[in-house]
Amino acid sequence: MNKVVELSRAAPAVEVRELRKEFVRRDKKAGRFARKRRAAIEGLTFTMERGECVAILGQNGSGKSTLVRLLSTLLLHDGGSATVFGHDVFTNPRAVQKLVNRVSVEASFFKKMSASENLGYAARFYGMGPRETRDQIPEILGRVGFPPDRRSEPMENLSRGMQQKVALARALLTSPVLLLLDEPTTGLDPRSKLEVQDFIREVRAKHDATILLCTHDLDEAEALADRIGILDRGRLLMLEPAEDLKRRYDAETLEQAFFAATGRTFEDEAADDDDDDREVFA
Amino acid sequence: MRAAALAMRHQLIGLGGVVERNVYLTRRYIWWDVAFMVWTIANTLTIVFIAKGIEATGGSIDVTRATTTLLIGGVVWAYLGIIFEFLTETVAWERWEGTIEYTFMAPLSRAMHLGGSGVFAVLYGLIRAALLFLVVALFFGLSMPDANFAAALLLLVIASVSFFGIGMMTAVLPLISPEKGAQLGFVGQGMLLVVSGVYYPVSVLPSWMEWLSTISPATYALRGIRASILDGAGIAWADVWPLLVIGTFSIPLGLYIFSIGERYAKKHGKLKRSG
Repeated sequence: MNKVVELSRAAPAVEVRELRKEFVRRDKKAGRFARKRRAAIEGLTFTMERGECVAILGQNGSGKSTLVRLLSTLLLHDGGSATVFGHDVFTNPRAVQKLVNRVSVEASFFKKMSASENLGYAARFYGMGPRETRDQIPEILGRVGFPPDRRSEPMENLSRGMQQKVALARALLTSPVLLLLDEPTTGLDPRSKLEVQDFIREVRAKHDATILLCTHDLDEAEALADRIGILDRGRLLMLEPAEDLKRRYDAETLEQAFFAATGRTFEDEAADDDDDDREVFA
Repeated sequence: MRAAALAMRHQLIGLGGVVERNVYLTRRYIWWDVAFMVWTIANTLTIVFIAKGIEATGGSIDVTRATTTLLIGGVVWAYLGIIFEFLTETVAWERWEGTIEYTFMAPLSRAMHLGGSGVFAVLYGLIRAALLFLVVALFFGLSMPDANFAAALLLLVIASVSFFGIGMMTAVLPLISPEKGAQLGFVGQGMLLVVSGVYYPVSVLPSWMEWLSTISPATYALRGIRASILDGAGIAWADVWPLLVIGTFSIPLGLYIFSIGERYAKKHGKLKRSG
């Protein structure tokens, strides 16, 4: 794809300063029509360098998906700032959109259309014409290990693992310099999970892509990321290499470090009223 | 200059992508479309039979002319329904399939995105309208030796620009209300046609509705198409210029209203699969 957007070498890949996002929700306790504001993201500040892989760990409703959606230009913020390679996410979204792509927990395709047709549709939005995608789609599907004889099958006939491979191919087809991965391996069988993880490593090594990985999977975070952030109730508690994180809390595992940092186990589900509201931010 | 041309090329490729996607989906759901076409034909027949019913109950009318007048109204109603349906589905279908986030984070302008849906809707709607007209005309054995079908078709295409602009305003509804927004689009279609003389002359409307008919593009489309098919008239400038003026305003207005809805959806987190 011919990128017209200027990629600033000096600017960090991602720079987030005091980012805040609130949602208005019904307040059942206060009355039928009462509303309350809840912060999904509060005062988030971090920087990612070009080529870096950062994993963000957090429970359901911690704000991981909200962060990804803010950086994808799908949400407007309520305060602070965010830039991608020097381009403001909120005032210059078109420039950011040309640089970013994502893979989320749901593969999300037109299920009656085939893998090739879905990829073609996605590629057109990034200015890639039929002539350009004719060779690139089979090539990229081959790279993610998608069987050539199933390229023309409707997506609804494919397994969840297969669909996720096509989702990865869709993201990579547009050559993003920032890849946002929102729980890309959740629900995959162990083999598919390893294949996807290997592919993420390959993308990073060969394409100089910067990767923001939001995940539940502590092993995945440790295996793939240079630094790991712990997001708890919309606040980034810390962001450092896994070893530093474990050392800081005198923990043997990342799970122990997470528990020490947040006061909760990683699997803890929402327990109080506040957490009920937080579920909707996931 | 070259960068601008390249950017425009990318946008047009995106528009083509939406058309291409709609072609695939129409092919995959073709039998559902055939079933929907049967419903449309049945629905149009119930309206067109009114002309024969009036005569059968002692009314004195030119049955052939009244039948053709009602048929034109039914065809325009069905055509407008397709335009609104495709534009409203631009958002609704993507939300249902879960692709909405990928589409809205892509670097494609909303004008081109909706434009792709509009172009396909016009092409598909015209084929469907022609088929509907043909089937019902054959059913009633209507003879139209003087009809100027080319002028009627051209006027429908010109009117489509305005319909497209109004359709963009309704396309935003599923963004605001994921559950009921798509259905609300049909309210727009009904309101537009009720003031436009879909099955009757606008002169029978109360004065305030008659005034509204002057700003509805469907009024000029229906009037012109009827003149072409019933009387063999050519394209009348009196019908064309209001359509061009309404089209010039409705498209930017439609885009503006859609952008307000999109902003609302981004502010309140509605731009996602589950709403």
